[in-house]
Amino acid sequence: MSTTIHEVGPALGSLALSGLMAVAAGLMGSFAVMRRMVLAADPISHIALPGIGIALILRINPLWGALGLLLLGAVLIWAVERRVRIATEAVIGVTFAVALAIGSIITSGEELIDALLGAPGTLTVPEVAFGIGGSLLVIAFVLRARNALIVRLVSPEIALTAAVNVARLDLYFLLAFALTVGLGLRFLGVLLMGSLIIIPAAIARRYARSLGTMLSISVATAVCSTIAGAYVASLAGRPSGPFIVMVAGGLFFLSLLRRRES
Amino acid sequence: MNALEVKDLGVRLGGTEVLREITFSLPRASCLAVIGPNGAGKTVLLRALIGALPHTGTIAWAADTVLGYVPQKLDMERDLPLNGRDFLRARAALAGSSREMQLEALRSVGLAEEILSTPIGNMSGGQFQRLLIAFALLGRPNVLLLDEPAAGIDAPGQEQLNEVLHTLQDSRAMTVLLVSHDLSVVYSHADYVLCLGRHGSCFGPPRAALTAERLYEVYGQPLGFHVHDHS
Repeated sequence: MSTTIHEVGPALGSLALSGLMAVAAGLMGSFAVMRRMVLAADPISHIALPGIGIALILRINPLWGALGLLLLGAVLIWAVERRVRIATEAVIGVTFAVALAIGSIITSGEELIDALLGAPGTLTVPEVAFGIGGSLLVIAFVLRARNALIVRLVSPEIALTAAVNVARLDLYFLLAFALTVGLGLRFLGVLLMGSLIIIPAAIARRYARSLGTMLSISVATAVCSTIAGAYVASLAGRPSGPFIVMVAGGLFFLSLLRRRES
Repeated sequence: MNALEVKDLGVRLGGTEVLREITFSLPRASCLAVIGPNGAGKTVLLRALIGALPHTGTIAWAADTVLGYVPQKLDMERDLPLNGRDFLRARAALAGSSREMQLEALRSVGLAEEILSTPIGNMSGGQFQRLLIAFALLGRPNVLLLDEPAAGIDAPGQEQLNEVLHTLQDSRAMTVLLVSHDLSVVYSHADYVLCLGRHGSCFGPPRAALTAERLYEVYGQPLGFHVHDHS
């Protein structure tokens, strides 16, 4: 049986799009890991669930509901963190456990499974446009702001003396993080997108001895995991999220076998 | 003309008054040592001076002031995949400094070029501290604020660090504000001392301001430190 161009086109497009999303995830993940946001990545992605539920009730594309709530969540974390000055992870953890609870009440059945694990099927034109535009935006942000992000990582006070607007940079970082989660929801779902941001960066952190290597390993691992996972999922006719995370997780455990050079 | 004038400075953190009615002025190209027991507000003072904390009273820097800050405690892990080059390049990019200026900053703090390819986790405490000073120098500051730069560094490293600071102050006519626990450094390098204690503050040239009684008031116990005056 031969495959027609009509079947190959969307599949290749989807593959290219998921690859672009993975580049964004790999770059964001590198800085998230360095900023000790490892445990925060998963709860942040959970905020999307109530958004998906609301979008389904309103009969609009679930992606827009998810994205709206993710961005709102990012602003909320930023504002709470500035006001109460406690660790980002604590704020994110509490707020978004509640979001997951609300989301699972207002979403149900097959829609819930799709939202949690990533929905198979053809992408719509707005989804493709959002995927390309959003990925490029995140990639541009990380590459452009990387120096300010590094200086802020060293010390917010030093960043202040270097004329970096730390509060604004933190807000942009959280928004870019939320956007990255939004980009991957279609492929990985609410439960697993955080993993694609964190696992490749965690692998990179084990081996990298410079920023350039960290970013390269993280991006390469995210892209390989996404493309390999999505391909296997398409052969099996199953949601892609679990397969992508299984590949990334497998690479992580493989990376543990090799001792890190000191 | 003064580099800095502070009048009635007060800082409250979480409802607790950390600094109260601090007043002093600092001439250009001079070195101020800030001393006091733990919890007296030395770091808070430096953070207020760079504009990182809300405060009452006035802090007036000279109009042409460019600040360089070397914090005491970094909120980052040392085993991050960053090397000396990543570090300096990031700061240089923000300051618009060239590669030659990065190398010049390294030379100023007595670090060899090899440090560029060394991961920060592999650097000694003294090397990392000097890298942080080079990091601050890339912003071309005329005022350098250092929060206990010698903390956690062995004796030879501390001596090297003090020498670097002294040279920087002399060669670049830099105003230096330095938090230190080492009274011998205060007496040998500082032009002025600001002591912060639980029962008020004092300011002046070290030999005039730091009497045994004053040290007792500041630290709440007698200090076994004697100034050897050879003059």
